[in-house]
Amino acid sequence: MSTQPILKTVGVTKRFGAIQALTEVNFEVCEGEIMALVGDNGAGKSTLIKGIAGIYAFDEGDVFFQDRKVTINSPRDASQLGIEVVYQDLALADNLDVVANMFLGRERTGPFARLDEASMEKSCVDTLNSLAVTTLRSVRLPVASLSGGQRQSIAVAKAVMWNSKVVILDEPTAALGVAQTRQVLDLVQRLSEKGLAVVMISHNLHDIFEVADRIAVLRLGQMVNVFERKNSSQQDIVHAMTAGRLKSVPGMAVE
Amino acid sequence: MATQTNNDNSSTSALLASQRQTTTGEYLQNLFKQLRTGNLGVIPILFGWVIIALIFQTQAPAFLTAFNLTNLIVQMAGVAMIAYGIVFILLLGEIDLSVSYVSAVAGVLLAMGMLPPFNVPWFIMLPLALVASTLIGLLHGVIITTFQLPSFVVTLAGFLAWSGVVLILIGGAGTVVIQESAITSITRTFLSDEVGWVVGIIAIVLYAITSILSNRRRQQGGLASKPMPIIWGEIVLVALATIGFVIFCNSGRGMPLVTVYLIVFLIGLTYVAQNTKFGRYVYAVGGNKEAARRAGIRVERIRVYVFMLAGFMAGVGGVILAARLGSVATNAGGGDLLLNAIAAAVIGGTSLFGGRGKVYSALLGALIVMTIDNGLGLIPNVSAGARSIVTGLVLLAAVIIDAISRRQQQRTGR
Ligand SMILES: Nc1ncnc2c1ncn2[C@@H]1O[C@H](COP(=O)(O)OP(=O)(O)O)[C@@H](O)[C@H]1O
Ligand SMILES: [Mg+2]
Repeated sequence: MSTQPILKTVGVTKRFGAIQALTEVNFEVCEGEIMALVGDNGAGKSTLIKGIAGIYAFDEGDVFFQDRKVTINSPRDASQLGIEVVYQDLALADNLDVVANMFLGRERTGPFARLDEASMEKSCVDTLNSLAVTTLRSVRLPVASLSGGQRQSIAVAKAVMWNSKVVILDEPTAALGVAQTRQVLDLVQRLSEKGLAVVMISHNLHDIFEVADRIAVLRLGQMVNVFERKNSSQQDIVHAMTAGRLKSVPGMAVE
Repeated sequence: MATQTNNDNSSTSALLASQRQTTTGEYLQNLFKQLRTGNLGVIPILFGWVIIALIFQTQAPAFLTAFNLTNLIVQMAGVAMIAYGIVFILLLGEIDLSVSYVSAVAGVLLAMGMLPPFNVPWFIMLPLALVASTLIGLLHGVIITTFQLPSFVVTLAGFLAWSGVVLILIGGAGTVVIQESAITSITRTFLSDEVGWVVGIIAIVLYAITSILSNRRRQQGGLASKPMPIIWGEIVLVALATIGFVIFCNSGRGMPLVTVYLIVFLIGLTYVAQNTKFGRYVYAVGGNKEAARRAGIRVERIRVYVFMLAGFMAGVGGVILAARLGSVATNAGGGDLLLNAIAAAVIGGTSLFGGRGKVYSALLGALIVMTIDNGLGLIPNVSAGARSIVTGLVLLAAVIIDAISRRQQQRTGR
């Protein structure tokens, strides 16, 4: 694991009207690392992710990508940098098959504007094989006919197919059973083995302790602490989530 | 489903293969399995048509004559063209209630433009009429996407407004006559026996070539392809059907020219729907709009294009309807036209819920709808009311089948 963060936010702040969703949050993830992002409901996890993904802009603070300060104004900007987000609600089109979903929006075409199905199917199969997502009977099945774990795997594979460097997963195992959670966690592990930086939001501490290298805890929009998994216990995390020390009520400098 | 996933997991170590070379036997087995699980494709529609035809035949012996059936093709052409556009609208999960009067606007413009004081030649007026109907579609699309309004409401407003435009344009005259033979011949031309054969043979050869080539391309690309005997079997079936059709047409007045237009649009639009990015995006937007948006697809633009396409096809349908009547009257675009066109797409198997359907469903559905219309017209003492009732019941049946198959898919899915 390299120690240089590939993606870093410095002092990012986000307000929605009167609500202070994020307050001077510093967050980072390194290549080959699995960084878990935890926190109670409303802690600001999704807001942080959406800011990084370009869905909306932070009010203050900077985002650095590979040590360069970057401005991400749209999801397109994020993907151009190599940042892909797998949202909680999957974002797959049920009526399309696996290949069509993996290439959606970036189809290859040949003469007469004809979709180059052969080359897309091949790349799709190669990507799935490289991630060991091999439980599908065929990549030509409509996504509707797949199991939850398979669907999640496709969504993740879709995110990594485009030479992405950072993959952000919002609650990837929330809707899954035991066996399927296993599938997805294995997949997450393989992403980091391939050198990708992975950010995983989850409520499930058990899952997190299984795969994460570090665990960042958000509470009420502030970054309470970042734990090394090896040196911490589930109790430490729960404590930080519920009673972690906040920098503050403005004006009152602690820490 | 649970057992299925377990089975899949047991073979986790194996790599996914893109190449699945099935043997003829396996292919047929798969096919029968699909049929048994209710994935019947066009079979129910064709079967339904045969039943309807047989019922009519017992009531009206004139029904199954070459003369009547070729006439039926001419009758259904306009509706089928409009329905081709409706298929794309339904694929998006939208509706367009204005197409019938948009088609009438195109017809009126064409007819009036060729008359004094304008005297515009047909080859200029025809494209102009189609451009006009396409622009109307553009207008609807822009209003729907800009103000984020339901297409139902906007096109309902269009339905009313464009019917008014037709009335005003035609004015006191009541009817605008089309004398230009270049236009009326669109629907009045029946191919001679020889030309009919040439057309049929060209169709068979084209089918055979594209079928073999596309399968070969899949094989070379290492993709699942059909076994050759199956390909040849399909070609023989298509050839027999085509030959039968030509012989049948030739035994009457000959093959109507509009058949060629119907097939050309069928092939062109099917290509657009199945083989281009645009078509893929239409399915994606209809299947999951949010997924499409996050994939970087310009969803609103796709929606506008589809309304333009529907406007264009309504124009084509309007020209054909006007050509058939040789005139455009104040009632153009009224009556059953709108519902027949929408019913055609749905009866043919395109889902009202978006994301599922094929272009050919418009043609098959129009065949069913217009067969009922034509057949009931042949039986003495059947009122227009009875016709509407029967068409309504068939539509209802089609929608129920759609809903059931959707639920079935969801059940076998996830
Ligand atoms: N678009 C929005 N408009 C207004 N408030 C928002 C919006 N998005 C999030 N918030 C608020 O910001 C806070 C953080 O929310 P969120 O990032 O979704 O939390 P988490 O994902 O950790 O559960 C919450 O108080 C939430 O109500
Ligand atoms: Mg959230």
